Amino acid sequence: MLCDACKKNPAVVHMTKNVNGNKMERHLCEVCAKAREENALEHHFSIPNFLAGLMESNMHSPLNMKYLNSIHCHRCGTTLNQVKQSGRLGCDECYEVFREKISPLIKRIHGNINHVGKVPKRTGGVIRLRRQVRQLKGKLQEAIVSEAFEEAAKLRDEIKALEKEVNKDQEG
Amino acid sequence: MSEWMKKTGPESDIVISSRIRIARNLEETPFPYLLDEARGEEVVQRVYQAVIEGNSALKDDFKLLSMKDLDKIERLKYIEKHLISPDLAKNTTQGNMLVNRQESISIMLNEEDHIRIQCILPGFQLDETWNLADKIDDLIEEKVKYAFDEQLGYLTSCPTNLGTGIRASVMMHLPVLNMTGYINNIFHASNQIGITIRGIYGEGTEFLGNIFQISNQVTLGITEEEIIKNLKAVVTQILQKERMMRGTLLEEKSIELEDRIFRSYGILKSARIINATEAMKLISDVKLGVCLGLLKDTTLTLENMNYLMAMIQLGHMQSHFKMELKDHERDVKRADFIRSIL
Repeated sequence: MLCDACKKNPAVVHMTKNVNGNKMERHLCEVCAKAREENALEHHFSIPNFLAGLMESNMHSPLNMKYLNSIHCHRCGTTLNQVKQSGRLGCDECYEVFREKISPLIKRIHGNINHVGKVPKRTGGVIRLRRQVRQLKGKLQEAIVSEAFEEAAKLRDEIKALEKEVNKDQEG
Repeated sequence: MSEWMKKTGPESDIVISSRIRIARNLEETPFPYLLDEARGEEVVQRVYQAVIEGNSALKDDFKLLSMKDLDKIERLKYIEKHLISPDLAKNTTQGNMLVNRQESISIMLNEEDHIRIQCILPGFQLDETWNLADKIDDLIEEKVKYAFDEQLGYLTSCPTNLGTGIRASVMMHLPVLNMTGYINNIFHASNQIGITIRGIYGEGTEFLGNIFQISNQVTLGITEEEIIKNLKAVVTQILQKERMMRGTLLEEKSIELEDRIFRSYGILKSARIINATEAMKLISDVKLGVCLGLLKDTTLTLENMNYLMAMIQLGHMQSHFKMELKDHERDVKRADFIRSIL
C-alpha cells in the first residue's frame, strides 16, 4: 500500500478516525507521518495565541465582532479584532490607538505599565527630564514629610530649573 | 565557530555563556510581519547604514547576510550558534542578519521585531554582555528613530517584550542539580520572582545534556540594570548550589558517580553509531568528570568538551563533513568525529 499523502513511499503508519460514526482511514509513509506530527506540535502552543486568550472578550456575538473590526489603526490598518486574535500589534501607532484596550493585558504580563528603563539618547531628552522631575518631586514629598526643609528648598529649586528646561525643549 | 563556543570565561566549569537580546523597532513603520519585500529591504538598509556609518570601532567587523543567500546548512549552523532564531532562518524573503567577526554580536533584522540586537560571551559575564549590547543600541539610535512611548518604553510587536525590550539569559551546565532532582526546587522558586528556566531548545524541550537556560521574564517597569542584577543574583545562587553539591559528591567518593562517568567516557571513545541525544548525555557526564578532576588526559579539557557539544549538532556536523547527512549516516559520522577528538 502506498502513502496517501505523497503516493510514493510505502505506508507504514495506519490511522483510523471515527468522525460522527463515519470511519476514516489514513495510511502514511514514515516521512509524511513525521511531517504531520511536527506540524501538529508547531501549532500546539504559541505565545500570541496564549496572550489572545488572556484578553477578556466576548467574541461570539456578531455585534461585538462588528465593533472589534471597526476599531483600527489608521497607519497599518490592524483592527482590534486582529490584535485580540493574534496577541500582537501592527506598528507603533497601534499602541496609541489600542492603549486602553490592551493596558489590562500588559499589566497582567508585567505587573505594571510604566517604563523606567533606558530612553533613546537623541530623541528622548524631554522624556528624561520629565522623569527626573517626577523623581525629584517624590524626594520633595519625602523631605517635607520628614521636615527636612532645607533639603526641600533645594529640591524645589532643582525642580523649577528642570521644568523650565522641559518647557524650552518642547517649544524648540 | 563563535567565540562563546571555543573560549572559556569566568565560572566556565558551570556557566557556558551569557547572552543579552534587545528588541527595537523603527518609528512609523509597520512591524515586519506586515511589511512587503521592498519595505522589509528598506528596514535592512537603514539599519545597515546606521551601523557602518556610525562612530564605532566595531563597525568594520560587521557583515550583512541575507537568509535567502544562505543555504539550509549555513542557516542551521547559525541557529546552533544562537546567533539567529529558527523564525528568522525561515524568513527567506526579508530575514537578514548583521554579524561581527568574533560572532559575539548579531543583529537580526525583520524577525518578530525590526531589530533584535544579540550579544553573547563565554562564561558568566552578564555586565560585559549588557555593556556591549547597550553600545550597539546607542550606535544604531544615532541614525535611526526608534518606536518609543514615554509610558510603555520601547514598543515591540508582542507586548511581552515592551519597556526595556531586553531578555538576559545565562546558559548553565547543571548535571548534579538535575541528577539529584534539586533543580525542581529552583524551578519553583525562580518562577515566583519572574525568572524562567528552560532547556537549550526552548520551552517544552528536554534538558538535553543537563543544559539549562535561565532568563528574565518581565521587561517593563524595571530598569535594565535591575533586570541584570536580579538575574545575576539567581544565577550566582544556582552556581553555588551546583558547586557545593559537586563538592559533596566528591567527598563521598561515590563509586556510582565514578562508574557513570567512566562508562560514559568509554562509550564515547568506542561507539560506532551515536545519536545526538545520547551523545549530549554522555558528554555531559564526561564534562562533569573533567570538572571534578576524576578524568585526566590531555584531550580532556573544558574547551574540548564545549567544542564537542557544539560540533555534534546537525548543522555543524554537516558543515564539518561538507555534505548533507541522512539519519543513519549522521549517527555514524558523529561517532567517528567524537572518537577523533577523544
